[in-house]
Amino acid sequence: MEQGRISDEELEILLNDLLEQHGYDFTEYAHASLKRRINRLASLDKFPSFAELRFRLKNDEGYLKRFVEEISVNVTEMFRDPLFYKTLREEVLPVLATYPLIRIWHAGCATGEEVYSLAIVLKELKLLEKSLLYATDINPSVLETARKGIFPLSQMKIYSENYVEAGGSQEFSQYYTANYDFAKMDEELKKRIILATHNLVSDHSFNVFHLILCRNVLIYFNKDLQDRVFRLFDDSLEKLGFLALGAKETIRFSSIAGSYQLQGKEKIWRKIK
Amino acid sequence: MEKDKVERFKAIIIGGSAGSLSVLLEVLPQLSQDISAAIIIVLHRKSTTDSLLVELFSSKTSVPVSEAAEKELIEPGKIYVAPADYHLLIEQDFSFSFDASEKINFSRPSIDVSFESAAEVFRESLVGILLSGANADGVVGLQAIRSFGGTTIAQRPDTAEVPYMPEQAIQQVAMDFILSPPEIADFLNGQIRI
Repeated sequence: MEQGRISDEELEILLNDLLEQHGYDFTEYAHASLKRRINRLASLDKFPSFAELRFRLKNDEGYLKRFVEEISVNVTEMFRDPLFYKTLREEVLPVLATYPLIRIWHAGCATGEEVYSLAIVLKELKLLEKSLLYATDINPSVLETARKGIFPLSQMKIYSENYVEAGGSQEFSQYYTANYDFAKMDEELKKRIILATHNLVSDHSFNVFHLILCRNVLIYFNKDLQDRVFRLFDDSLEKLGFLALGAKETIRFSSIAGSYQLQGKEKIWRKIK
Repeated sequence: MEKDKVERFKAIIIGGSAGSLSVLLEVLPQLSQDISAAIIIVLHRKSTTDSLLVELFSSKTSVPVSEAAEKELIEPGKIYVAPADYHLLIEQDFSFSFDASEKINFSRPSIDVSFESAAEVFRESLVGILLSGANADGVVGLQAIRSFGGTTIAQRPDTAEVPYMPEQAIQQVAMDFILSPPEIADFLNGQIRI
């Protein structure tokens, strides 16, 4: 770890250890970001050398858990990219309204802020009762936060602005109860949310959906893994269903591109064949 | 003289915050069209101005300008602008990758993150230039560029609208050059040699 930076060779060794000893496969993650997260953690936890980090990971289950949590990025917010949610509200969900049951998969949901955002939009469109929102992540501890639905109160001002920009016209504060420094999301929003661990690298399709959201997850994968995940989504999406990605992600260069049509300006594609 | 080495093209990474836009608008029109390096620009700004910035820069130079795209291979002779709200990183195969993790130095994109990542990949072929700004984002990155053998440049503080950022760089990192905006243009055109 020259100058506190893990080398490419050391990264390979570490990723092999994680896979062989613990079954975590990060080998097809984009390396630049992974390296940065590992360097950051090694400096935070004051490892003097690569060997010591490697030893700790090999022998300390508790630390391994911390490591896996910390190297995956869980930054998210409610109504992230408000115009994206406006498009969902005005153009995508009204199309799905014709189905008797709307199945939605939010893959890589982290702490769930975007899942609650979608639940709010569905509720306002009077579609929540006939929707099922499957929200999955590789990381059980973030799902626990999503399950509780308790977020810092300090964020609610920004979320409320995002909500309005996303086309919301109600009083945003009706969707949570403030308690000291926290906001607890309304129980009614949770009723149609199903949380489960799912690893996009190794797990298979588990249902067929009308809408799949996977936002700012694929940027952490290399091209081969991205393409495998796109095929997983394709296998999991009904014909005429929608696939929604993060602002800088695209299916354009993937093997499934030919079956999909971009809907307007946001990163939302419709499966046309 | 470097014929035997693996062909690693030159890259110039420019970071700036408050007061840096005017510097770029002054420098870009003076760029010669046949520039042989890749230029990567990382600016602090509001998240809504992405396409505007690319359009603005495009109007100032005949060198092609585009927003860096996820997994895009970097090519010499082009200018890339980091998108708002993501950290911009560079992979060993000279492609861009993005990271939406926590802000660094209250910034996303963070100049430090891009500089450090570019330093490791481009090594001695990299030039890092830090322009006007009100915080110290980029200083750690310049340190990394230096330790990987790259070239470090700060804008001359008395020419900066907000001198804090280049001042911090000069105080904390050994600089190869301290240049005014016209000199930065000369440097980019190869008239000042490393």
